[in-house]
Amino acid sequence: MQNEAIYMDNAATTQVDPAVVEAMLPYFTERYAVASSQFSHSPGIEVREGLEAARATIAQALGAAKPEEVIFTSGETESNNWALRGMAQAFRGKKNHLVVSKIESRSVLDTAKALEKEGVRVTHLDVDGDGFVNLEQLRDSLTEDTFLVSIQHANEEMGTIQDIDAIAAIVKAKGVVFHTDASQTFTKVPLNLTETPADLATITAHLIHGPKGIAALYVREGTPIAKWMQGGFMEFNLRGGVENVPGAAGFAKAVELSSATQVEYTAALRDLLIDGIMARIPKTELNGPRHRRLPGNVNVSFHYAEGESTLLHLDMMGIAVVTGSACFSRSLEPSYVLMAMGKTHELAHGSIRYSLSRYNTVDEVDRVVEATAEVIETLRRISPLGKDEK
Amino acid sequence: MPIPYSEKVIEHFKNPRNVGRLENFDAKATEGSPACGDMVTLYLKVDDASKTIQDVKFESYGCASNIATGSIITELAKGKTLEEARKITWKSAAEELGGLPAVKVHCSVLAVDTLRAAIQNYEEKHGLVKDRVPTTAEVVEKRLRHVMNPLTGLDIVKTHIVMGVEVTNGAVVVRVDLSRDHQFASNIEQEIKERIEPLWDVGEVQVIFNDDKEE
Repeated sequence: MQNEAIYMDNAATTQVDPAVVEAMLPYFTERYAVASSQFSHSPGIEVREGLEAARATIAQALGAAKPEEVIFTSGETESNNWALRGMAQAFRGKKNHLVVSKIESRSVLDTAKALEKEGVRVTHLDVDGDGFVNLEQLRDSLTEDTFLVSIQHANEEMGTIQDIDAIAAIVKAKGVVFHTDASQTFTKVPLNLTETPADLATITAHLIHGPKGIAALYVREGTPIAKWMQGGFMEFNLRGGVENVPGAAGFAKAVELSSATQVEYTAALRDLLIDGIMARIPKTELNGPRHRRLPGNVNVSFHYAEGESTLLHLDMMGIAVVTGSACFSRSLEPSYVLMAMGKTHELAHGSIRYSLSRYNTVDEVDRVVEATAEVIETLRRISPLGKDEK
Repeated sequence: MPIPYSEKVIEHFKNPRNVGRLENFDAKATEGSPACGDMVTLYLKVDDASKTIQDVKFESYGCASNIATGSIITELAKGKTLEEARKITWKSAAEELGGLPAVKVHCSVLAVDTLRAAIQNYEEKHGLVKDRVPTTAEVVEKRLRHVMNPLTGLDIVKTHIVMGVEVTNGAVVVRVDLSRDHQFASNIEQEIKERIEPLWDVGEVQVIFNDDKEE
């Protein structure tokens, strides 16, 4: 196959839209002054207006009551670190219990682990076979001592979209602060913070064809989160440091460029890919739910074919995907998300994730189905497994 | 370098030699399991008189390193006597392949161990081995030399990760100089268990990390 490379790792990061780059460029070469003070010189005031316009665009897309509820950060990792640590610090000596799900991103789970070492009690909620959080367990876990619940809007690996309204209702009924990592869903799956009572929400630019290095934490007015970084009164005295205005402008442009039509298009490609793989390749299992799934996410396990080998063969054919196999991970452990969903190690080792964006095409999906079928056949031919069965 | 493998690894990964099964094999061995993500089955056809490997085939479920090593060791073993073939190490296989990334060395060890296990099976079947040796701390330590630290690609005995081994009535305790939150803690624990548990007189295998609380 000598066709152009096919990128299907959009849940990791996306191609920046050229219009986003256009929107950022003036903030490098012309409007480069520091945005900080409202009593600044004229160039500074101009840049500040650019920053606040970007904030307003993003706040509107979130359904935030005020633009000031959107605090820019450097990435979803930082936003998640801040949400957990900022709340732990705010309640230190008063409340000491944190609730997360077992399939949160590493930035949430590792921060929870670090807090645990500092004496915070952490509850990890179970998920079912499709990755949905156990709501009964959530309800039972909340106590007078709980200072924060952090549950993602959708899962990066499996695409599972949580019933965020039901979760928020349970948490808020107990008067507990609720954080959701919405970095996989922002502009793709409806989340309106006027209706969904989340207090904190993580969103990011680079997963919606915006630049890397810029994200935000939505902080509902009145949420008692501790200041995150010292170094000035920027970002409403919550995060010191010179603002990343080019990034913010790019983030806002990416939000403007997103549309429901693109989401429908990506979801249609996803369904084509799932149907194509399932029809073409026997002994394959879809991981995660068929519905209530991220528009760009396909995650399947091929029996008798190890994921890293599948990935490498596909890569040599110009197709970029990832696997939940232990061989591929930095800790040599299989995907903790698949493990939490109760899947076997073998299914994790054979799992492949394809994640799509608006830049993928039907032709690419067809080629990927064919290429995958070819690779799996090759690997199964040399595998000691699966041959003695009918 | 887009892929961290040598050209030769990729070549053997794409076109593995001696793949398949032997109809009239004299010995067969399987190491690993689908659960550990790596599994190799190897078949030998041996000339009884000269104890020479006439034919060898393998099947692999695993990563590129595993498939390529399986391929290269079958090439190396063919035509050799059992004594010579037993001396093929993962190091010589890795060298033959133009080197392997440190994190992938443990996958190649499995292929070499499968060849040795097949030779062992042949010898047992043909009455060429003496009585079974009881498991001692020394036997365990020798086996632990086949567990690799994925950070360095070196074995955990040589790199002093193993601090002590105790064998009491078939129960094995291995103390390692790692903390539980080490990046590869779970991986190394699993690998140690996989190496020691198959020993004929071993029951429970316990791996103790330096921050584990002991009763």
